[in-house]
Amino acid sequence: MRIRLVAAIVLAAACAPAQTSTAPTPRPAAPAGARADSARPSPGAGALSVPNADPFPSTYAAASSRPTLIRDVTIMTAAGPTIRNGSVLLRDGKIAAVGTTVSAPADADVVDGRGKFLTPGIIDSHSHLGVYAAPGVDALSDGNEATNPVTANVWAEHSVWPQDPQFPRALASGVTTAQILPGSANLIGGRSVILKMVPSRTVQGMKFPGARYGLKMACGENPKRVYAQRGPSTRMGNVAGYRAAWIQAEAYRRRWDKWNADHQGDAPTRDLGLETLAEVLRGNILVQNHCYRADEMAQMIDIAKEFGYKIRSFHHGVEAYKIADLLAKEGISASLWSDWGGFKMEAMDGIRANLAMVAAAGARSIVHSDDPSGMQRLNHDAAKAMAAGERIGIHTTEDEAIKWLTINPAWAIGLDDKIGSIEVGKNADVVLWSGNPFSVYSRVDRVWIDGTPAYDRANPATWWRTDFELGNVPNGGAK
Amino acid sequence: MRHATLGMLLSLALPAVGGAQTVAITGGRVHPVSGPVIENGTVLIRDGKIVEVGANVAVPQGATRIDATGKWVTPGLINALTALGVSEIGQVQATVDLRARGDNAIAASFPVWEGVNPASTLLAPARNDGVTSVVVVPNGGLVAGQAALLDLVPGTISDMINKAPVAMVAQFGDPRSGNTNARGEQYARLKELLEDARNYSRRKADFERAQTRDFAARRADLEALIPVVEGRLPLMVNADQASDIDAVLRLARETNVKLIIAGGAEAWMVADRLVSANVPVIAGSMTNIPTSFATLGSRQESPALLQRAGVKVVLIGNGSGDETVFNVRNLKYDAGVAVAFGMTWADALRAVTLTPAEVLGVANRVGSLQPGRDANVVVWSGDPFEFATRVEHVLIRGREVAQPSRQDELMERYKTVPPAYRKP
Repeated sequence: MRIRLVAAIVLAAACAPAQTSTAPTPRPAAPAGARADSARPSPGAGALSVPNADPFPSTYAAASSRPTLIRDVTIMTAAGPTIRNGSVLLRDGKIAAVGTTVSAPADADVVDGRGKFLTPGIIDSHSHLGVYAAPGVDALSDGNEATNPVTANVWAEHSVWPQDPQFPRALASGVTTAQILPGSANLIGGRSVILKMVPSRTVQGMKFPGARYGLKMACGENPKRVYAQRGPSTRMGNVAGYRAAWIQAEAYRRRWDKWNADHQGDAPTRDLGLETLAEVLRGNILVQNHCYRADEMAQMIDIAKEFGYKIRSFHHGVEAYKIADLLAKEGISASLWSDWGGFKMEAMDGIRANLAMVAAAGARSIVHSDDPSGMQRLNHDAAKAMAAGERIGIHTTEDEAIKWLTINPAWAIGLDDKIGSIEVGKNADVVLWSGNPFSVYSRVDRVWIDGTPAYDRANPATWWRTDFELGNVPNGGAK
Repeated sequence: MRHATLGMLLSLALPAVGGAQTVAITGGRVHPVSGPVIENGTVLIRDGKIVEVGANVAVPQGATRIDATGKWVTPGLINALTALGVSEIGQVQATVDLRARGDNAIAASFPVWEGVNPASTLLAPARNDGVTSVVVVPNGGLVAGQAALLDLVPGTISDMINKAPVAMVAQFGDPRSGNTNARGEQYARLKELLEDARNYSRRKADFERAQTRDFAARRADLEALIPVVEGRLPLMVNADQASDIDAVLRLARETNVKLIIAGGAEAWMVADRLVSANVPVIAGSMTNIPTSFATLGSRQESPALLQRAGVKVVLIGNGSGDETVFNVRNLKYDAGVAVAFGMTWADALRAVTLTPAEVLGVANRVGSLQPGRDANVVVWSGDPFEFATRVEHVLIRGREVAQPSRQDELMERYKTVPPAYRKP
C-alpha cells in the first residue's frame, strides 16, 4: 500500500484550500514517488482518490545527445537583458552555461549563431493539437465532451492523437511545449495536459514529466449556446453551475482528505470529476479559465475566492485590458491574442494593444493561440501587440515581449522552474531564429528540446513526419 | 475635441485633405509597382487622380504637401478576398449577409455588395492599416454570387463601388456542398449551368415566350452568367485539391470561360497547367496544415512556388486569423510572410496591389502609382510588411481618410483604468 503512504505525505502539504496570496501556488510536496508507485498500482488502488495521483505517467525521456555550443548569437533570455554576441552551452539536457564567454567541451557540437537570435522554446498555454487533429474530420474531433455542462471527469490526454500532423508544424515554428486543453463547450471542460512537441507512439511519451494538470473552465457564450435547450442557457445559469460544482467538490475533498488521513471506515466512493475539482481546491491543479469579457472575469475571480482556489490564467480575455489592474492585483495571468476579435458579441471589443496594456499594468501577459495556425506565429502576435502599444504610448521592450512567449506561459502552466528562460539549470529547450523573432521575415532555423536536436530547417531529411503524413502529404510535409 | 486628442495620439487622424485640389507627397521612397523604385520621389495628385510620379516633379504652388522624407510610399493595398461590410459579428446572424439562399445552390444573381454596410466598424481598421480596396466575395452553394471591388471611402455603397461585379464566384471540391454528393456531380451541374446560360443568351426571346426547354437555373441567375460565358466576367472558383483544380481547368476549357482559382491549397502541384491556361491564383502563405483531405498539400511556400513557375499570384490571408473580416487589415503581414517563405519582396507587393487589380480588370484605376490612376496611396513609416512599421497617411481617390476606429477609441478609453465613461 505504498500509494497510501505517499498520499499521506502529500496531504501534509496540500490539504489546505489553495492560498489566497498573489504569490505562485507552492508546489505540494514531491509527488515524484507517486509516479513510480502508480506505475505498478496496488490491487484496488483505482478505487481510491489520491492527491497528485498519476495513473497515466509520462514515459518521455530525452535522447542522450552531445553537448552543443551555440555561439556568437543574440540571446533573448526571458530572464534578463538581451545578450549580444553571446553563447549558450547545452549539456545533459540542461542549459549549462550562458554568457559572452562560454567555453565548449572538446566533443561539443558547435553551432555558429552569427546574425541569428536564440530564444527559449516557445510555450503555448492554449492549444488543442491532438484533440482537434488535422484533418478536421468528425472522427478526429475529440476536444469537447459536450454532453454535460460539467465534465471535470474527462482528461484531454485521452483524446490526443499523437500522429496529428499539426505537432511537427508547431515544433518547426519554435513551439517546444504546449498545454492541450479540452474545448470550451462546457462550464468545466476537464483536465488539460502539458505536452512536449516530440514524436511518440503514445501520448504518455509526449507528456511533460512532473507537469501539473490544468482544469479548463469556460465563461460566457459558448456554454450557454451549447446547452441552450437543457441549460445553462444564461450567464446566471453558468455561474450557478460553477458554484454547484464547487460546493460538491469541497464536500468531496473533505471526505477524502479525512479518510486519506485516518483510514477510518470504508473509503468514500471515488468520483473522477469531483476528484479533479478537489485537486484544484488542494492547489494541485491549475485553473485555466476561458473568459472574454471583463465583467465576467471579475465574477470568476469572486467565485474562486468563494471556494478558495486560484485562477492561474484567463484565456482569450479580449477585454483583459479593461481590468488589467485587477488582474495584476490578483496575480492572474492573461493568455491573449493580439488581434483576434469581433467574431461574436463577447469578442467584439478585441484590440491589438491588449497584451501591451495588460503587461504595462503589471500583470503577466501571454501570447496564446487556441489555433494550430496561429500557434506557428505566436512571435508575430507579440510583435503586433508591441507595435499597437507603441501607437498609444505604451512602450514594450523586446526583453518584456519575449516573456509573453516563454516564461509567462511557463508560469501559467506551472513549469517556470523548468522551462521558459535561458538560465543555467533550466531544461535546454531553445530556438535559433534566422533573425529577430519580432520581424515578419524571420524563420525558425533550429530547435532543441532537452538539449536534443528536434528540428533543423536546413535538413529536411531529419524532419518529423507523422504516420498520417506518409503517403498523404506530398513533398515530405513542408515544415 | 475628443477626436483631435485621440488623433494626435494615434497619428492617424490628421486633418483631411480636400478632394478637389492638388496634393504632393514628397521625399519618400516611392514604390509605383508598375515601375522601378524611386528614391526621394514625388507623387503628385490632382482631383483625386495621380498626375505625376517621379524624382523630378515640380510641385505646383498651393499644393498641399505631405512630407514623406524617410518614409515609404506605395499604392493602397487591395485585399482580394474579404467579407468586409457583409459580416460584422460572425455569430450574430443579423449582421451577416454573405451567403444567399439561392435556388438549388445557384445564386449567380446575388449582388453581395448590395448588403454592404458602409457603417461597419471594421472598415476603419482595414483602411488605417493601408488597405484601400477590398473585394467582397460571397460564399456558399455551388455558385455563390457576384463579387465586387470596393474602395474604402466613407460614404454610401455607391460611393464605395469601384467595379461591380468583378467576378462570379463558385465552389468546387467539397462533395457535400452545393446540394451535391460528389465532385463529378458538381462538374456536371456547373457545366450544364454554363451551357444553359449560353443557350439562354441566344434564345432570350424564345425563353420569354416559354418556347425553350427548362434551363438549369432561374432567369435572373442565367442572366447574371451571360458575362461569364461571354468571357467578360471571370469565374472565380474556390478549389484546393490538385485534382479539383485540374477539373476546373478542364471545365473552363470546355465552357470557354475565364477562370480565377481562389484558395488553391495544392495549386503549386499543378502550376504548369495553370501557367499554360493563363489562370491566376488567389492564395496565401499563412497555412501549412492539412486541415481537410482536399488540402493535404497545403504549404506556406505555395505563392512563391506559383510565382516562380509563372502563375499570376494574388496574395490574401489564409490562416485562421479571420483575415476576411476582422483582420482584412493584416494583408501587409500576409505579404511579409509570403516573403519569409520565398517570394521576392517586389513580387509580394505586386501581389497585394497591381496583380489583383489586373486579375479583376481594374488596373486602369487602382493598384499602381502612375499618371491617370486613382490616387489610392499609403505613406508608411518604413517597410510596409514589418510589424513595427506604422501607416502615416492613407489617401483614397486623392482624399486623406483618417478616422480612428472603434478599437482605437476603446484603447484610448482604457489606456488608464478605471476609465472615464463620460466626456471630461
